[in-house]
Amino acid sequence: MNKRITISPSPHVYEDTSVKRLMFDVVIALLPALAISIYFFGMGAIIVTLVAVVSCLAFEWLIQKYILKQEPAITDGSAIVTGILLAFNVPSNLPIGIIIIGSLVAIGIGKMSFGGLGNNPFNPALVGRVFLLISFPVQMTSWPIPGGFKTGYADAVTGATPLGIVKEGLGKGDQISDLMNQVPSHMEMFYGHMGGSMGEIAAAALILGFAYLLIRKVITWHIPVSIILTITIFTGILWYINPETNADPLFHLLTGGVMLGAIFMATDYVTSPMTPKGMWIFGIGIGIITVLIRVFGAYPEGVSFAILIMNSFVPLINTYVKPKRFGEVVNHG
Amino acid sequence: MLKTFAKGGVHPAECKYSEDSRIEILPLPKTVSIPIAQHIGAPAKAIVAKGDKVKVGDKIAESSGFVSANIHSSVSGTVAKIDDILDSTGYKRPCIVIDVEGDEWNETIDRSPELRREINLTDKEIIAKINLAGIVGLGGATFPSHVKLSIPDGKKINVLIINGVECEPYLTSDHRLMVEKAEEMLVGIQILMKALSVNRALIGIENNKPDAIAHLTNLVKNYPGIEVHALKVQYPQGGEKQLIKALINREVPSGGLPLDVGAVVHNVGTAFAVYEATQKNKPLFERVVTVTGQLVSKPSNLLVRIGTPVSNLIEAAGGLPEDTGKIINGGPMMGKAVNSLEVPVTKGTSGILIMSESESKRKKEATCIRCAKCVSACPQGLEPYLLKKQAQLEKNDTLEQSGVMDCIECGSCSFTCPAGLPLLDYIRLGKSRVSKIIRSRKQ
Ligand code: SF4
Ligand code: SF4
Repeated sequence: MNKRITISPSPHVYEDTSVKRLMFDVVIALLPALAISIYFFGMGAIIVTLVAVVSCLAFEWLIQKYILKQEPAITDGSAIVTGILLAFNVPSNLPIGIIIIGSLVAIGIGKMSFGGLGNNPFNPALVGRVFLLISFPVQMTSWPIPGGFKTGYADAVTGATPLGIVKEGLGKGDQISDLMNQVPSHMEMFYGHMGGSMGEIAAAALILGFAYLLIRKVITWHIPVSIILTITIFTGILWYINPETNADPLFHLLTGGVMLGAIFMATDYVTSPMTPKGMWIFGIGIGIITVLIRVFGAYPEGVSFAILIMNSFVPLINTYVKPKRFGEVVNHG
Repeated sequence: MLKTFAKGGVHPAECKYSEDSRIEILPLPKTVSIPIAQHIGAPAKAIVAKGDKVKVGDKIAESSGFVSANIHSSVSGTVAKIDDILDSTGYKRPCIVIDVEGDEWNETIDRSPELRREINLTDKEIIAKINLAGIVGLGGATFPSHVKLSIPDGKKINVLIINGVECEPYLTSDHRLMVEKAEEMLVGIQILMKALSVNRALIGIENNKPDAIAHLTNLVKNYPGIEVHALKVQYPQGGEKQLIKALINREVPSGGLPLDVGAVVHNVGTAFAVYEATQKNKPLFERVVTVTGQLVSKPSNLLVRIGTPVSNLIEAAGGLPEDTGKIINGGPMMGKAVNSLEVPVTKGTSGILIMSESESKRKKEATCIRCAKCVSACPQGLEPYLLKKQAQLEKNDTLEQSGVMDCIECGSCSFTCPAGLPLLDYIRLGKSRVSKIIRSRKQ
């Protein structure tokens, strides 16, 4: 035979998939939430998202090219996902400079300092977010009141989030029944009509994204469901014990970063466990820590911390929680 | 709900282009090169010499141990030489080369087409006959069949499982056999049942072969004890352990054999060969081979004499396509790429798959993103990403604890990895190192 033929070991066919495809599926799944965000927060949402995505891409490219001296791989889309998620976790009136600092921390410290995609122990966007929360507490907790394109950007009128209102009220000894009159109805919250971080407001849009991720088999249901279930049960028990000092479970699910965190942040491949059993442990842990922080801690919101804390347990979970091997249990016929 | 195995598995595109092509007899080649090692176990010992005249079906190499198999001439003619020739393993290994002259069969072979249903042999005689005929597992594993039928003392077998799954994409040789030689196959199954003294046999067939399922379901009414089961289309449904799990919900223990859970598995092609050996006194010297591929102009199922060069098969299927990039002996998931068109067909050749230049390229490797897709794809419950890492670091002890020896080399992990990592390449490397260590430990 005069032509070259390839010799390589099996398998000889591959699934039509790639890291890039998966990352862009995540981007697609985030679009409904982005649309709602723009609908409620107008220009601010667009500016924050653009700045975060562009600076994440730029930092990744610069670090790979000039510091790590690698072939830049920003086309894999992972920096875009980090950028959008970072934007989703901050208020829509955050000054550009702060967003850029957050992106640098997310990519530079959260991802590249550990060796880049696949090696980082913590979710990069959350590393960026928590850094900003600690460094710029005022800017990070002034939430624009949603008003569509009238909201504006730097000049937006701000107010507290429902979680913040409840936390503060309970601290002063107010009753839940009174506080609930001061926050939007559950239905309004489901569609995202409330103050909060840009991408976390609309549970409806986030759930739509979740459905897309499941259909495209990008993620499995285990982590989101275990987090949501744990929070429901835990806050449900508290609520059952005393409904005047504890908000109802649905309030907890629809406010703050639960949906965004459960669906998009905790499911980050790199920083979550490898087996379904491990994913359950991880999800239950996040749920419990979130409620502990919200109900007993100093911050009104705890999803980000909860995910970062559980991120640090992932290596341990992966070491001790193994899939059930075929033939491990001998069952004689 | 269709039956299937418990965990893992993938869904490669089926591409069964040749499923409706009737089995055709391939014209005789000019010469055949018959390897003396076509099975798992000790190579056979040649008992002919250069210049000897042989007929079709004459024994030309003798089994050299319990786990070994006889080899018969597939043609009539003169032994030209016994020499090392490149075979599908990629190595040069001893072959008996015979120049074909006419087509004269050994007189003891019954060439009549009538179905012979009555079984006159005892269980011992059946096993001896199968041994004599050189039958090995025709699904590709090529394990000598008589060994599988010789049940060690203390083990009890209560079910025979017949593998008609053919879960490898592209391949259709078993499918065609089930459609065209169903009665012979069923008699073959009855013979195997008698050899094992069991009264129940389950035929597992993937649900993408409705004609075979319907045909056999209809026929088994006359064959008490034989059942046909449609199985979900899911790779590797035809893996021996997966098939047993799917059909009788028993798990072969790690490191164990099907007989540890009271089952024996044979392929449909093997059942047909058993029929021919016991009822027609015909040893195993030909088999059905699928020749296929996206570029192949006439995807075919050919009845081929063992030792025929692959080039003859490709010619019969319309010639080697211009854009050929890879030639695979077997299916795309577990087959072996060959590097010459002159490699001979052996007892284990279920198909010849031709892939185009672009199909032959491997995916570009990226870094592992820890997506866990390989873990959920592995039918053996292993963690391929971890096995790869441990193999790369040569951590042989942890590799063994991680269950590397349980890997059935199905390729599901490499198939599914979005980062394009050749996981199975590394796992194979690790397996071979660990098995060396295990062997040295036993000594
Ligand atoms: S499928 Fe590939 S990328 Fe995903 S965890 Fe396994 S080895 Fe890593
Ligand atoms: S590790 Fe082995 S058994 Fe598991 S998917 Fe990979 S090749 Fe198949």
